[in-house]
Amino acid sequence: MVQEMSVLASAVDFLIPAGGSAKAMMAAVLLGAGCGLLGCFVVLRRVALMGDAVSHAVLPGVVAGLIYSSERSPGVIFVFAATAGLLGAGLVRLMMMSTRLKSDAALGIVLATFFAFGIMWQSRNQQDTVGVMNFLFGNVGSIDASDLRMMLMTTLVLVVTMFFLRRPLLVMSFDEGFSRGLGYPVKLLNGVFYFLLTFSVVVALQAVGVVLVSAMLITPAAAAYLLTDRFDRMLLLSVLFGVLSGLAGGVVSAEVNGLPTGPVIALSATALFAGVYLVAPRHGVLSKAWRTFRRRMRVRRENTLKAIYQIHEGEGFVHEEVSVLMLARKRGQTEDAVRRDCKALLSRGFIDMAEDGVSLHLSRLGWKRAMEIVRNHRLWELYLTNEADYAEDHVHEDAEKIEHILEPGTVRQLEQHLDFPELDPHGKPIPQPRHLVAQPLLTR
Amino acid sequence: MNMIEYITLPWEVLGIGALWLILMAFFVALPCSQMGSFLILRRMALTGDAISHSVFPGVVIAFYITGDLASPWLIVGAGLAGLASTVFIELIHKWTRVKQDAATGISFTALFALGVLLMELLLGKNVDLDLECVLHGRLGLLLEDDRVALFGQMVPAPVLVMAGVALVTMVLLFFFYRVMMLSSFDADLAASYGYRPAVIHYGMMFVVSFIVVAAFQAVGAILVIALLILPGAAAYLCSYRLKVMLLIAALHSLLSAVGGLYLHVWFNSNMAASVVVSGGVLFVLAWLLGPVDGVLWKWLKEDVTTPEESSD
Repeated sequence: MVQEMSVLASAVDFLIPAGGSAKAMMAAVLLGAGCGLLGCFVVLRRVALMGDAVSHAVLPGVVAGLIYSSERSPGVIFVFAATAGLLGAGLVRLMMMSTRLKSDAALGIVLATFFAFGIMWQSRNQQDTVGVMNFLFGNVGSIDASDLRMMLMTTLVLVVTMFFLRRPLLVMSFDEGFSRGLGYPVKLLNGVFYFLLTFSVVVALQAVGVVLVSAMLITPAAAAYLLTDRFDRMLLLSVLFGVLSGLAGGVVSAEVNGLPTGPVIALSATALFAGVYLVAPRHGVLSKAWRTFRRRMRVRRENTLKAIYQIHEGEGFVHEEVSVLMLARKRGQTEDAVRRDCKALLSRGFIDMAEDGVSLHLSRLGWKRAMEIVRNHRLWELYLTNEADYAEDHVHEDAEKIEHILEPGTVRQLEQHLDFPELDPHGKPIPQPRHLVAQPLLTR
Repeated sequence: MNMIEYITLPWEVLGIGALWLILMAFFVALPCSQMGSFLILRRMALTGDAISHSVFPGVVIAFYITGDLASPWLIVGAGLAGLASTVFIELIHKWTRVKQDAATGISFTALFALGVLLMELLLGKNVDLDLECVLHGRLGLLLEDDRVALFGQMVPAPVLVMAGVALVTMVLLFFFYRVMMLSSFDADLAASYGYRPAVIHYGMMFVVSFIVVAAFQAVGAILVIALLILPGAAAYLCSYRLKVMLLIAALHSLLSAVGGLYLHVWFNSNMAASVVVSGGVLFVLAWLLGPVDGVLWKWLKEDVTTPEESSD
């Protein structure tokens, strides 16, 4: 190994470490970075399973490479494998263009048929193709200096191409027609994309195997996609996740004897994704559930406020207080449930409870919010009947939802548009929260 | 060797064994072809892919507990693992903005990786359930299996098991044909008739998992995808009618079984892969010559009638 290192002089070879485990680690990191980078486009373009199809389709190429290259040169294997992969990707597109079959069927057909052809060929030449299992299931330990050189160079090509083409490729991922309109050479770019995809698949193959290449392409990029809405950040995060899973796989399988590296890398990526899936700030499941819960609670509080207002209104605003019992009847709920709602309102300063807990009255803040909600509701009903030609008895349901989300600016627009109305379509007055001070009853 | 000798070669080499191989391949391919046709219609071909990879950890765990490769618990374990992957797919793409294709990829690679890892951890390397078998299947080893006497013939036991699986699938298909057809073409209409979409979805996924694991030992995890997709896809290019499509798919699986045997004997290659390759050749034929979508007919028609439409 030392001799070999002294012979190799180029810049690329200088980077290649001598130790076996260091090589494995470097391979894992390289593939994490390369796949993470490309995976972003794969996920955004919704061709996630294209990687799966290509990785299976390269098998006949790998077999051909093993058979026809007597010294098993990684360059030759790479060329054969990439050719088979590109042929597969091309066939998928051709099949989708010329038949009614959808992408899923086309991908599945190419994947399985190419793979079967590879297995069939390999089974005829078993003595020439001993190393084929390394490609199928991945074996980081089998990667030697010349493989690593190949990986380094392809990753370099990948990174450089991605750096220069990321804008046009990004636009194309979202809207192919638009990018054609911008004058991008769409066909050429598509070709480049599938070329790079095949490249990185073949690179990753030897480390993680046919099936788990897909994990490296999809999982880190999907995790990054849940964390950010900006593409450059997504690229960085995805590469970071890829490298992290590569490192984790390398470390764990070096520490624990006999653990295969590929699955550990894939499961590390999955664990990262699972974490992000749960706790991502905007797109995570937990934060989404929390937001939904908070919104539901707010709507509930506001409906209770509205009910209190309506009770007052029904009595002609003569009483200052509302009993819990009346509120429960109005809301159609049990007293206990209403008491819980009142507690929430009390803690936010919307109402004051009497000491016996039987009655309550709205605070100034409570009056203001209650009037806003009722105003929103009635304004919207008026808008729907006057401007959108809704029947009077069809507007309530819609207003019931929108009253909680109308913003002050929109309310002002509505008022102007409707020429500052005083009555809703059912003849009830539209309250004016800004006149709160002027009404003697409410000044307390 | 002349033509006739090529044709009679398998029968001379294998004797009655050739029949068992064809029957076995057919009994594996037939249920796959029928369920696969529905997967094609529902645009869920790659869910078959996902399931076939995902059953792996279920098989490993069931094998670890029972210690018996022929135990029916293996099928239960595999079915559950297959269902788990479809549940994960739904969880990811229903609740986040990750799309279905990426969700599929995440789920099945994770379960497959888990399977490989568990196999190394729980089983070690000296067991029957080796990686070669996962990939290649052991269809070629059929003739070395235990035999069971039936109608005066010594039939290899796996042939009978697979025949049972095929029979169960066909019976299920017979009873649920209407529901499956309806929900595949118009899920809303099916729902309005009171067929619960979730029940149909997961029911079908369980049947697919069941078939996949039954076929798993014979043809391996990856080639089973081919048996699921190829017949349905080829038949889809040949007909607009579902019943005809199912028939053609069944015919496709029979022909690929026969063709696979010949390739296997002629080239001395892996039997399972040969079946798939011959199925692939049949698909290409359907692609070129299929009555509905045949590329050749389209070219001919285009040349004669609509030269101006050739731009797209």
